[in-house]
Amino acid sequence: MELISQQTKLIMEGCKERARAAGLRFENETLEYVVTNRDMLELTPKVMIPTLYDYWVHDVEVLREKGKYELYPSNPYETVINTRPAISFYNDNNPDWLNVMIFYHVLAHIDFFQNNLYFRHTWDYDLTGQALADKRLIARLRSEHGRWVDYVIEFARGIDNLVNYHSELSNIHRKSNDCSARLDFFFDVFLQGVKSVSTSEYMKQVEAYNLACREAGKLGEQSFFAEMVRKHPEFEAAFEKHQGDKGRKKSDLLQFLIDHSPMLNSEENRWMKSVLQIVRSTSIYFQPQIRTKIMNEGWASYWHETLFLQDDRIKGHEIPFARVNAGVTAMPRVGLNPYALGMRLFYFIEEAANRGCYTHDYRRLNNMEQKRHFDKKLGKGCEYIFDVRENYSDFTLINSFVDQDFVDRNKLFVAGRRLNEERMTWQYFVKSRHADDYQQMLFDTLYHPPKIEIDEEKSREGMLYLNHRLEGKPLVQEYIANTMLGIEFLWGGTVCLETSDAEVEVGREGEATPEAISWSRVRYQMKERKLERTVL
Amino acid sequence: MNRKELYQRLQIAGLTEQQRQNIAAEMDDCGDHSLPLPQSELIPLNDLYGPNDLSCLQDLRVNSVSFNIRTLDQLIDRDKLRETDGFPRKIRIGRMVRPGRNSHGKVIVVPTTVEEKFIHDNRFDQKPEGESSGGGSGEGEEGEVIGEQPVRPEGEGEGSGAGKGKGANHDMESNAYDLGRVLTEKFQLPNLKEKGTKRSLTRYTYDLTDKNRGFGQVLDKKATLRQVLQTNIGLGMLSEAGEIDTTKLLIAPRDKVYRILSREKDYESQALVFFVRDYSGSMAGKATELIVTQHVLIFSWLLYQYSGQVETRFILHDTDAKEVEDFHSYYNSRVAGGTQVAAAYRMVNELVKKDSLDRDYNIYIFHGTDGDDWDREGRETIPELKKMLSYASRIGITIAEHSYGTSGNTEVQAYLKKSGLLEQAQEMLRLDNMSEDEGEDRIIEGIRKLISE
Repeated sequence: MELISQQTKLIMEGCKERARAAGLRFENETLEYVVTNRDMLELTPKVMIPTLYDYWVHDVEVLREKGKYELYPSNPYETVINTRPAISFYNDNNPDWLNVMIFYHVLAHIDFFQNNLYFRHTWDYDLTGQALADKRLIARLRSEHGRWVDYVIEFARGIDNLVNYHSELSNIHRKSNDCSARLDFFFDVFLQGVKSVSTSEYMKQVEAYNLACREAGKLGEQSFFAEMVRKHPEFEAAFEKHQGDKGRKKSDLLQFLIDHSPMLNSEENRWMKSVLQIVRSTSIYFQPQIRTKIMNEGWASYWHETLFLQDDRIKGHEIPFARVNAGVTAMPRVGLNPYALGMRLFYFIEEAANRGCYTHDYRRLNNMEQKRHFDKKLGKGCEYIFDVRENYSDFTLINSFVDQDFVDRNKLFVAGRRLNEERMTWQYFVKSRHADDYQQMLFDTLYHPPKIEIDEEKSREGMLYLNHRLEGKPLVQEYIANTMLGIEFLWGGTVCLETSDAEVEVGREGEATPEAISWSRVRYQMKERKLERTVL
Repeated sequence: MNRKELYQRLQIAGLTEQQRQNIAAEMDDCGDHSLPLPQSELIPLNDLYGPNDLSCLQDLRVNSVSFNIRTLDQLIDRDKLRETDGFPRKIRIGRMVRPGRNSHGKVIVVPTTVEEKFIHDNRFDQKPEGESSGGGSGEGEEGEVIGEQPVRPEGEGEGSGAGKGKGANHDMESNAYDLGRVLTEKFQLPNLKEKGTKRSLTRYTYDLTDKNRGFGQVLDKKATLRQVLQTNIGLGMLSEAGEIDTTKLLIAPRDKVYRILSREKDYESQALVFFVRDYSGSMAGKATELIVTQHVLIFSWLLYQYSGQVETRFILHDTDAKEVEDFHSYYNSRVAGGTQVAAAYRMVNELVKKDSLDRDYNIYIFHGTDGDDWDREGRETIPELKKMLSYASRIGITIAEHSYGTSGNTEVQAYLKKSGLLEQAQEMLRLDNMSEDEGEDRIIEGIRKLISE
């Protein structure tokens, strides 16, 4: 791979200045490479990270029809990757004006990577460097342990969508409230959960604590608890148990295996843990990308459009720009386009914020006419969308801002497709124009891995018991066997998975009866590489 | 004879209700067997994660795979090791082959795999007809139809659409011969053995073609004399041209050149394979896919077994049979029309008879069908089949049963059983029925059944 020419780099630097002036914030260093088709061949299986570890699956065609993105949370094939410095990839023969457009798009992505809080955990280190170290480690392990390294990678990747990314995030974002864990437990859990005291009693305790602090100063807490334990002698034991639980419960399956698998923790298998760690951290690194697809592309499209049109250097290229831009950001008649949807949301939010629609005054109105003409001329739109880009993900964005106004304004609808047997055609039709339906349709398309937890109570005698919490969809059945085979290997003992299977009774053809789905709780047990299914 | 006439004749002969329905279903099928055109696929309604910067902004092709590192062999080797280590195989071979368009004997290999994970199943409550919903924008009242897309071009869907373009840009072309070797070696398909009067592939003849100095069966006088002269010139025994006193010549034992008996490979014995495929309307979908996949694999295997000396003929049939030129058309022709197995068998017999093919070739016939036949009793089929048995080395019939039927209950299977030919001609006739949903393991197992001794 070669860097772009000096002249093109100069254009990029010009774009940076203009983007900064518009309010985008990003680190100054960036790397731009020209890629050939050959480079693309090597890069795409590695989600564009040139230094990602080698793995044989990268060499074959992967069947994706079934789970598609569900299997690959890493939202691959970006023009820019979230590294330090950020690296972006360019076609050899882009004309200058197109490069300007792409540069703005890329800069907005970089701004997003470096400011959106869902990426918080990626800010402190450089992925390319880390990946290179990982790659070397895996290569070394491979020379020592041969193909077993690939098995471990395979099995770890089999569960790399269960990494509990949000809890990882919450650890970073948790702010201390200057209270000890003991105090938190007493007021948040013990009094409310264990003792279920009345509000007045609760207030009394708060008062007692404040009093103790006033009297004894720094020793207030100590004296408060000394007093309290006399009244509730069971407190200390409850607190200790809670502390113990907290440590274990939080961990996701991959982390749990690293910490507690007897197989991995035996002397000769310890090397496997580093492989698991690599797979886990790589997965966590990519998690925010797929959870901010609409945001990220919308944000980048918003800015490439805005900044390109203001750029004085490329006058005279408005028409070719309009063509390319329309190709990227036009709302399709049917289908979803994250660029178009995200960009329209940002424009919509900006305008609404300018009018002051996110204020208390506006929300109190219940007259449509008044709402329509409401305009406080606050001019806070730009500030507001910067705030959105910092604090939201796709889910929260859709949840907060896709309302009837937005749907009407952009003439959106839920499209349906059905078979017309008389004409032997697929018919596309307008299914609904309600914001609620549209919102729900978007929710349904969002990436959402299943929630699978370790059930410690049922994990006994060397068995690992996993519990899948049903969220309206069963797991893909064909995949269960091999995934569990991998977990059994990593755990070194029997593994059980409790989940729900759906039985769909399809109404006879032509009849309009809604189909009935009956759920049954089942347990899959993987023991000595044999899968057994029991209905509970 | 067209379908209507045939139907009337059958009606006179008497039909069961079930059969009448089957026939009626195919009767009105007015599709044609043209090769599929490049088709527009259904518009994805909710493909939120499909679009990406590289393709949207820069038109850079995103390939999901590269083959520059490992060859097929290595991949299969690795896959085989998995079994030794106690894990199931991951590389799918059944889905990775299809015949190439141009050159004979080329197949396109797409090694595929899937990374299994616990993921939500989004298909479970989807209606079988593919109804779905997604995003849209623009004008239109609720309930208004805003566009139509004909089903027909999509008719076969994934079915025999093996020639469809998914991933076509990064296929790996490979010789069918190589694939046959892979199948033979890695999947332990049996080798052919010489049996009875039929000639097998690698025949050797012994011939006095090789030359050997010092000893042998027949002295090659001319060559020996030349050698003797050469030696003597070297020794300086022949000083100048002119008179040569042969008595003075020294004759070393090494100068004697003999013809020696040697083993020669005889390529005269060749295989001729008839691939016969039912492409009637009822074959739509998976049944066809299964059959064509199996036939590519058999073709590759035979090609290897006969060291490339394989002639192929391709025959497609509905109610009439037709010969097509290459594997590509055979593989990709669309399904339509009614079913009459006898037509195809008759055609095979005619072809063999016309060119006296049975004299020069080992003839193999592989027939793939879903088991439907308008000729329910096999009244016309069985006599033709008997004729075929008189010259064929092996006839292998694969029935891909539809998932909606009961297993082992198809018409073809019923009349074959009834005829007793399966037992009488067990050496030459093999029948294998499997469900149309079966995966590649079963397909390869099926080949083993069809060709095993």
